[in-house]
Amino acid sequence: MQKIIVCLKRVVDYNVRIRVKPDNSGVITDGLKMSINPFDEIALEEALRLREKGQAEEVVAVSIGPEDAQQQLRTALAMGADRAILVQISAELEPLAAARILLKIVSREQPGLVLLGKQAIDDDCNQTGQMLAALWDRPQATFASKLELNGTVATVTREVDAGLEVIEVDLPAVVTSDLRLNEPRYVKLPDIMKAKKKTIEVLPIESLGVDVTPVLRVTRYETPAARTKGGMVNSVDELVSALRDRGLLA
Amino acid sequence: MSRILIIGEHSGGHLNQSTARCVACAVAIDPSAIEIVVLGGDATTVAAEAAALIGVAGVLTVTNPANSQPLAAVLAPQIASLAAAYDYVLAPSTTFGKDLLPRVAALLGVPQLSDVMSVLGPRLFQRPIYAGNALITIEVPTGTKVVATVRSASFKPVGNGTAAPVRPAEVAVPLPTHTRFIELCSGKSDRPDLQTARLVVSGGRGVGSAENFALLYKLADRIGAAVGASRAAVDAGFVPNDMQVGQTGKIIAPELYMAFGISGAIQHLTGIKDAGTIVAINKDGEAPIFEIADLGLVGDLFLIIPEIEKRLR
Ligand SMILES: Cc1cc2nc3c(=O)[nH]c(=O)nc-3n(C[C@H](O)[C@H](O)[C@H](O)COP(=O)(O)OP(=O)(O)OC[C@H]3O[C@@H](n4cnc5c(N)ncnc54)[C@H](O)[C@@H]3O)c2cc1C
Ligand SMILES: Nc1ncnc2c1ncn2[C@@H]1O[C@H](COP(=O)(O)O)[C@@H](O)[C@H]1O
Repeated sequence: MQKIIVCLKRVVDYNVRIRVKPDNSGVITDGLKMSINPFDEIALEEALRLREKGQAEEVVAVSIGPEDAQQQLRTALAMGADRAILVQISAELEPLAAARILLKIVSREQPGLVLLGKQAIDDDCNQTGQMLAALWDRPQATFASKLELNGTVATVTREVDAGLEVIEVDLPAVVTSDLRLNEPRYVKLPDIMKAKKKTIEVLPIESLGVDVTPVLRVTRYETPAARTKGGMVNSVDELVSALRDRGLLA
Repeated sequence: MSRILIIGEHSGGHLNQSTARCVACAVAIDPSAIEIVVLGGDATTVAAEAAALIGVAGVLTVTNPANSQPLAAVLAPQIASLAAAYDYVLAPSTTFGKDLLPRVAALLGVPQLSDVMSVLGPRLFQRPIYAGNALITIEVPTGTKVVATVRSASFKPVGNGTAAPVRPAEVAVPLPTHTRFIELCSGKSDRPDLQTARLVVSGGRGVGSAENFALLYKLADRIGAAVGASRAAVDAGFVPNDMQVGQTGKIIAPELYMAFGISGAIQHLTGIKDAGTIVAINKDGEAPIFEIADLGLVGDLFLIIPEIEKRLR
């Protein structure tokens, strides 16, 4: 296969606990640590391994986001992506709009495989890969925990509620990563230096001719009601009798 | 009156309980015209189960050998063609619904809402973001079809009543052959299903090994509980992936959740915040799980589990 596209979203780092603005108009993201969405890092790692096995020639990292998303693309280049594309937009996107933009990139680049994360940990939508596959009229294999390429088909093991489902898809196809697909590599300093020479192509959103106006209106953000902190018990006897009092144990 | 179409989820020839939870969500939107569509190789039993759900006005069946496995690429165009006649298309927020519905939405050219947790008005919904650390209210403009997955743990399943009519639906769309089902490997057990169980016993990295999980299975069997796990326990190979509870595993709402050797990472807690009573057993008194536990006990799980069993009747 010639090319794999990996879609990377810049998100608030998963270790950061987000807070809602006091006026309920959004969440506070200023000054927070930003990272590549963890699922996308796994997707990138998978693409790099396929290339290292000789099953792909080029790995292209794509992100749609603000100018600062170049930081995450630099990390991707340091991990080993060959080149990167930033579709620059400052506003928030709905997954359908992201999928429409990605379709433009896919049409131009003609990859054999598009890898995405199964979900972005900010919006938790879990939609973009499936939508891209629909618009592209190609197969989708979501929640992948194993991916094997054999010529013109990919065999994918998917983590589903009932266990592990194995499907076979014709290439080109869209695959979204689950957590157990692999463990991403660490970036080494020399790689960061080398990555500086690689290019990030910046495409202004206007150049793509995609309508990105959100359809859904978010009217309010709020903090969920916290569970009230219960009590500690000091012994198994206390625990068991408390559970009996609540009718939970016979 | 709004017409609502629910995509029925089924496996092993039976309707999945998440569908009855979706009906509860639909009833909260508009109870007047709720229908379920069942796509399958053979839909007879599943359709009858769907037709019995209280609040359901009718069931559509689309039978086709191609529908005998839940492949999103195959099912989505059929659902999209049926969806034209409906104002709402709902599916459960299970791996089945999460895989399928965005593909339907994209074919319809409309955005999708994920994990609806409450209905504030016919076009006003609440859903979690950032692993449940914030909730957003979303308004779908009039004239836009509402396509949404329903967070199962947020709705109680509707019960059974008199049977609604079942009729076959005509769908004439070409189906792709580019996606083929090979197999499903599931760890069959006689224990209650994790997603619907009243009681859940769950283990984390602290359990230490696959062999040690036998302790939890034994306790679970004594009290009739399902068994769950943290991601760390799944990653370490102690238990299979279908037991993972959390942001990227199963979101559950049992009456009792007993966590053994689980520290309480936010991604894990997202999966249990609707549980009735949370019990935490951890040898580290500072473990974050104690912040949300209703009943916490500091100690070694290997000593505590046998002690609990001794006290069971
Ligand atoms: C994008 C993303 C998604 C994630 N999704 C999920 C998810 O869906 N579900 C999930 O669970 N995690 C998820 N995680 C992982 C999560 O962040 C934690 O790493 C994980 O939940 C930790 O599992 P644990 O509590 O079992 O392990 P640890 O954090 O290692 O905790 C083990 C606990 O066991 C206790 N212990 C050890 N020995 C004993 C003993 N003998 N008796 C009693 N207690 C003992 C220790 O004190 C410790 O508190 C996700 C992470 C990311 C980045
Ligand atoms: N703005 C974006 N830029 C690049 N990739 C994205 C973007 N938004 C979503 N994706 C990809 O789509 C996946 C699923 O996102 P979501 O549907 O928002 O949960 C992510 O893991 C990314 O791989």
